[in-house]
Amino acid sequence: MTTMLEVDGLGHTYQGKDGAHTAIDGLSFTVRAGELVCVVGPSGCGKSTLLRTIAGLVRPSRGTVSLHGNRVDGVPADLAVVFQDYSRSLFPWLTVARNVEFPLRGLAKAERVARARDALAAVGLDQAGRKYPWQLSGGMQQRVAIARALAYRPALLLMDEPFASVDAQTRFELEDLLLRVRREQDTTVLLVTHDIDESVYLGDRVLVLSKSPATVVADLDVHLGGARDQITTRASEEFVELRARVAGLLQGKQATRQPVHK
Amino acid sequence: MSALVRELRRWAVLAVAVVLWELVTRAAHDQNFPPPTTIARAAGRLWFSDAFADHIVPGVGRMLVGWAVAAVIGVALGVALGRSRAAMAYLGPVFTFMRSIPPPLLVPFFVATVGVLDLQLPTIVFGSIWPVLLNTVDGVRGVDATKVETAQVFRLSRTQWTFGVVLPSALPKVFAGLRLSLSIALILMVVSELVGSENGIGNRLVRAKSDYELPDMWAWIVLLGVLGYLFNTLLLLLERRALAWQPRHSLEAKTLATGG
Repeated sequence: MTTMLEVDGLGHTYQGKDGAHTAIDGLSFTVRAGELVCVVGPSGCGKSTLLRTIAGLVRPSRGTVSLHGNRVDGVPADLAVVFQDYSRSLFPWLTVARNVEFPLRGLAKAERVARARDALAAVGLDQAGRKYPWQLSGGMQQRVAIARALAYRPALLLMDEPFASVDAQTRFELEDLLLRVRREQDTTVLLVTHDIDESVYLGDRVLVLSKSPATVVADLDVHLGGARDQITTRASEEFVELRARVAGLLQGKQATRQPVHK
Repeated sequence: MSALVRELRRWAVLAVAVVLWELVTRAAHDQNFPPPTTIARAAGRLWFSDAFADHIVPGVGRMLVGWAVAAVIGVALGVALGRSRAAMAYLGPVFTFMRSIPPPLLVPFFVATVGVLDLQLPTIVFGSIWPVLLNTVDGVRGVDATKVETAQVFRLSRTQWTFGVVLPSALPKVFAGLRLSLSIALILMVVSELVGSENGIGNRLVRAKSDYELPDMWAWIVLLGVLGYLFNTLLLLLERRALAWQPRHSLEAKTLATGG
């Protein structure tokens, strides 16, 4: 498989009033095309900074980010982000369909409409195109944000704690939706989360970050296969063992191979 | 049915007040306070005479043109400057200072500079621009960080950013500014016509006073109230259309709070 994203020696230091704060330091990893990689780390460890440097929103102090071989300097043309806060990320004055079409400037009108329709159908919102975001539930609004990102057809889809603001039931639905959609559309995804279970359930790989300044402490392969199920997968031995390893790593312990049961 | 009842109830207080006023003024027989029916007769005679074309249309025209010019300049300047922290750091205090000057005090300045007969339009524009400008700046500044990042991520063009993100975000505040400006424009229209003008509602008002035609004077005052109410209502309707994307309840709350 070809390399989609290459992060090499990435570090960022904020210059604040109370002196310098290093959010991330010496981060190196790669994401292959078609992979779904989850980045999990303790709260405030610099996950957001990592995502923003990859997106080209923040210029890193050290190191480089390359997207399919091109050095990232400013936001790349074929990159999309799904933010945690869907209520702020969507444009409330546009209908759902117009929200999805909005970033597709440069395309012919018919093409924009068709892409928006397909993307909304993919997230199960084919009937909601004419509604305004506020008329939808939180989970549905986040689906719109996902549809907007899919319609953009990015080479890399970044997701910043995308399911952290919805209730548990909706969260499971959206997780399964993401797994289905990335399989159908063969999208490369880098998803940042603080939820250990979510990172293992969703990922082909899990990158575990240390406390701030964040470095990669482990790069774990997830062997759960393509078809996953909220009940059986989460109960499987592989899942339970991986979750325990990630939890241990986050607490600063050495990786352990012993399964830990709740 | 309930809408009709609500509408009737809204006007009931005013109707009762007018009836009471009628009874009191008839009993008092004071020349300064003619009964509403007398004022209504004067109004019917004046509003629908030659005065309509000679005075009401020019007066209202000045107000609307002045307000529109102020709105266009105010919104354009507000959008251009509001996203620049440096621009507002320098100009913010200047704008706040200008806004703090009571607008009618501009009249003597314009009497001295452009003369009594031409001062109306500049007075209206200069006096009513500040609420639009400052509210637009305020609204434009308030675009939240996630929308800014969303716009960057999807590499929106400058036009899309300005007209598709910044302006709609600011629109609720822009409308609040437009309504404030409209009421200031109405005040300045009359005040500037009182000082000196060949025509206009203010001109008629002074004339009626100096001729001791008190019912006429009252009729012009009532007209100003009617015009103020009418334009405010029209602007609210426009606002409701333009902000139709907002959740209903917030609009209804606002309508109730402003009584119109």
